[in-house]
Amino acid sequence: MFDGYLLSVLVWLPILGGMLTLLIGDRFATRPVALIISVVTFAISLLLWTGFNAKGYQLQFVELIPWIENFKINYHLGVDGISMPLILLNTFTTVLIVLAGWEVIKHKPSQYMAAFLIMEGIINGVFAAQDAILFYVFFEAMLIPMFIVIGIWGGDNRIYATIKFFLYTFFGSVFMLVSLIYMYTQANSFAIADLHTVKLGMTPQILIFLSFLIAFGVKVPMWPVHTWLPDAHVQAPTGGSVILAAVMLKIGGYGFLRFSLPMVPDASSELAWLVIFMSLTAVVYIGFIALVQSDMKKLVAYSSIAHMGFVTLGFFLLFPIIKATGSSEGALLGMQGGMVQMISHGFISGAMFLCIGVLYDRMHTREITAYGGISNRMPWFAAFFVLFAMANTGLPGTSGFVGEFMVILASFKANFWIAFLGATTLIVGAAYTLWLVKRVIFGAVANDQVAKLNDINKRETLILSILAIFVLAVGLWPEPLINVMNDSLVHVIDQATTSKLVN
Amino acid sequence: MLLFSLIPMQFQTPNILLATPEMFLLAGTCFVLLTDLFVKDSQRFITYLLTQIVLLVTAGLVLFGTTEMNLILAESYQATGQSGATAFSDMFVLDPMAQILKISILLVTVGVFVYSREYLRARDMYKGEFFTLGLFAVLGMMIMVSAKTMLLIYLGLELLSLAMYAMVAFKRDDGRASEAAMKYFVLGAIASGMLLYGMSIIYGVSGSLHLDHIANYMSTHPVMENIGLLLGLAFIIVGLGFKLGVVPFHMWVPDVYDGSPTAVTLFLGTAPKIAAFAMVIRLLVEGMGDMVQGWQQILSLLAALSLLAGNIIAIAQTNIKRMLAYSTISHMGFVLMGILAGSHEGYAASMFYIITYAIIAMGVFAVVLLLSREGYEADQLNDLKGLSSRHPWYAFMMMLFLFSMAGVPPTVGFYAKLSVITAVVDANIIWLAVFGVVMSVIGAYYYLRAIKLMYFDKPEGSTSSVLALVKWDFRVLLSLNGLSVLALGILPGTLMTVCLKAIQSSL
Repeated sequence: MFDGYLLSVLVWLPILGGMLTLLIGDRFATRPVALIISVVTFAISLLLWTGFNAKGYQLQFVELIPWIENFKINYHLGVDGISMPLILLNTFTTVLIVLAGWEVIKHKPSQYMAAFLIMEGIINGVFAAQDAILFYVFFEAMLIPMFIVIGIWGGDNRIYATIKFFLYTFFGSVFMLVSLIYMYTQANSFAIADLHTVKLGMTPQILIFLSFLIAFGVKVPMWPVHTWLPDAHVQAPTGGSVILAAVMLKIGGYGFLRFSLPMVPDASSELAWLVIFMSLTAVVYIGFIALVQSDMKKLVAYSSIAHMGFVTLGFFLLFPIIKATGSSEGALLGMQGGMVQMISHGFISGAMFLCIGVLYDRMHTREITAYGGISNRMPWFAAFFVLFAMANTGLPGTSGFVGEFMVILASFKANFWIAFLGATTLIVGAAYTLWLVKRVIFGAVANDQVAKLNDINKRETLILSILAIFVLAVGLWPEPLINVMNDSLVHVIDQATTSKLVN
Repeated sequence: MLLFSLIPMQFQTPNILLATPEMFLLAGTCFVLLTDLFVKDSQRFITYLLTQIVLLVTAGLVLFGTTEMNLILAESYQATGQSGATAFSDMFVLDPMAQILKISILLVTVGVFVYSREYLRARDMYKGEFFTLGLFAVLGMMIMVSAKTMLLIYLGLELLSLAMYAMVAFKRDDGRASEAAMKYFVLGAIASGMLLYGMSIIYGVSGSLHLDHIANYMSTHPVMENIGLLLGLAFIIVGLGFKLGVVPFHMWVPDVYDGSPTAVTLFLGTAPKIAAFAMVIRLLVEGMGDMVQGWQQILSLLAALSLLAGNIIAIAQTNIKRMLAYSTISHMGFVLMGILAGSHEGYAASMFYIITYAIIAMGVFAVVLLLSREGYEADQLNDLKGLSSRHPWYAFMMMLFLFSMAGVPPTVGFYAKLSVITAVVDANIIWLAVFGVVMSVIGAYYYLRAIKLMYFDKPEGSTSSVLALVKWDFRVLLSLNGLSVLALGILPGTLMTVCLKAIQSSL
């Protein structure tokens, strides 16, 4: 089915579906329509998984149509083992978001659903684009629906947060645009594959690497350009937080794999220390910041930054490993760890934000001090919350463990101190998450409002159960996921270790 | 015998037929002017309709040409291998670039008149003079676009300017409009003087007013050491800078945009920009292409200053027309970026930029017109508050225009910026490219603020619905205008190719 244009369907079906929900408006069955579109999209995206050939790094499901011939820009889509799981993560998350907004969003629900559906299509485009300008177009276009989602359905300080979000990301990405154009003038092509092979001198490489670092570093976000994230997360509606944490942050990590490492390998090698320093700072320092938060969403937002630090750490461990051991053996483990961490963080952070959304819908506050003893009134909810919290701390058996463990293991090959600092997350992460659980879930019932709480309804149970299944599944049996991405990651390592310097 | 030798033996009919569209427009304008004398105020629609027909027929003539025009073009193509032809002793040229720019100017003007009709009626400005002045301005622009000598460029420019001065002062009992017109007139006259002075110096050195002859002279002489030519170039750039409204010659722009009736601002901010682009290309590229080293540096500085001042000062504005004026200044900086790259791709990028900018600016000002009503000028940013809950569709259109101005894909503004930045990177002026994109981030802030007012703020009581004033043609055109920004954003390739082909075959 959909031979030859499966990816186009995944990009355009949600976008057109979103426009359909806009047209339908709030008068009539917006929510079911949105749900049907998102479920159908997810079902179609499963064809990617079933039809995917895990052998080799070649692009699959390729589509190539000339688009802007003056600049040799093509409508070029395709996926490899790196982007395919991320597309699935996106289509999956959108279904949950539509469900999560079902009763909660009362103000202009059709526009809310439309924004998320359109965003789904655009993000699929980001992961599928194999032309640099096409990628950039999707990368930027994604900001528009998110800007509107935070601005319309957000909290009290939403306008500050959404403009900060937009400008931060926009600022990061324009430098990437100049870099892409510069490489175009060298390679005479915008195809990502051609940009992978074009020869570049060291100075251009360093500058290009820095521009990518700004673009993707803001997106991930990495310390010290992370400050937009807590604001955006706290102000965004639940759905916005979920898509932001579960999918959008992954675009930054994806960018490092698709752009930085293969396009400017020499500069990546030269400046790997910088990325590793920034990642470790995120892991350690941001972890401590999470510890002192009094707002639940802010706490999870900071924990996201810390966890994403593992992703970038895993990707750039390659270079210190080569330096320390002389071979790239073991680097694959780090990369795989980073990728698994991205997927797993998608589930866990999404689940955490949904849990907070469940509480917020009932109590209309995110302050930790307003809660206490939830387990007495909401036992089912408490069970889910504790499970996801454990996954967040990296408990073996949950998906959170796999990625972090692989990265820490790989970092021992590079340098003891990198491993040591990375491993502190096991303590700090446990500290802030478990302390959150203790204050919110356990103890005596804190106040009258908590005493009146009802346990989660069927819809909420459904959402959280699905996520729980995935968190446990990836935790217990990550093999299929790792298999799918293995060959593509090996290829990235090949590219990243092949010098592109002009002789 | 001596007497006979002074008279040419063969009198060749000048093939003035290449200027058929201009001649038709002139005749049509006079016809509109005369007809309007016999039309009662209540029947002003006739004048309006005639004006639109004249413009559309002229556009048709430019697009398809008459049999004779096409014949001349075909003969010229066979003789010279170039797809343009000249008339009036080589003073007038019709090439693909001129054709496309003229069509853009004519169509934009049609749109401007559609948008302004109800606004003019509500303000007692629905007079025949408005349309005839507009038609004369269009004629001036078309002459500028087709001019091949400095003299003709100047004549076209003055025809345009004089009509525009009068239009700015159209609401003669309004103090602010008169002030704006005065400012525009005085500064415009100074600029024209500068331009003329520069032209006279160039004429003095090269011995010709004809752009091709000047180019010939420059290609055979060392130009960068010739102090006369450099001086002439400097004066010409000052004049062009005034007309384009780039820093530091931009002072008149915000005052004139703000002081003029919005319908005039709409006209002023769209079609003449296209003509000004043509003037820059003719003078600097066709005439003084060999001095590219000279003007590239000056234009880089002007572009950078425009981007800086335009974007930063716009943030401080509370008046939407002034904000758009500063935004125009920054956009002109981007247009210069393409020109100063000095390559065909660069000129084509600027051409694409200016045409799409005219389309976007037309839409933005149309929304400002939409918000105004009898006795009330909606010129404050706060008037946008809550537009999305009052008129979701028009708010969506406005959002498209604003995102396009900010250069966010998938709107056409992104591709315009992409192509000019590609041109300067290609010319290895990377600092300017980086500077340009940083400035566009700063610019994004005030466009976002306008979107925020429309979408995130509650409407204020006083700004109630005004759509009763607006007829169906306005609504349809605004929708088409907005959707074209999106459509050109999804498929920008055709227009880009058209621009590049036009530039390649014209220069």
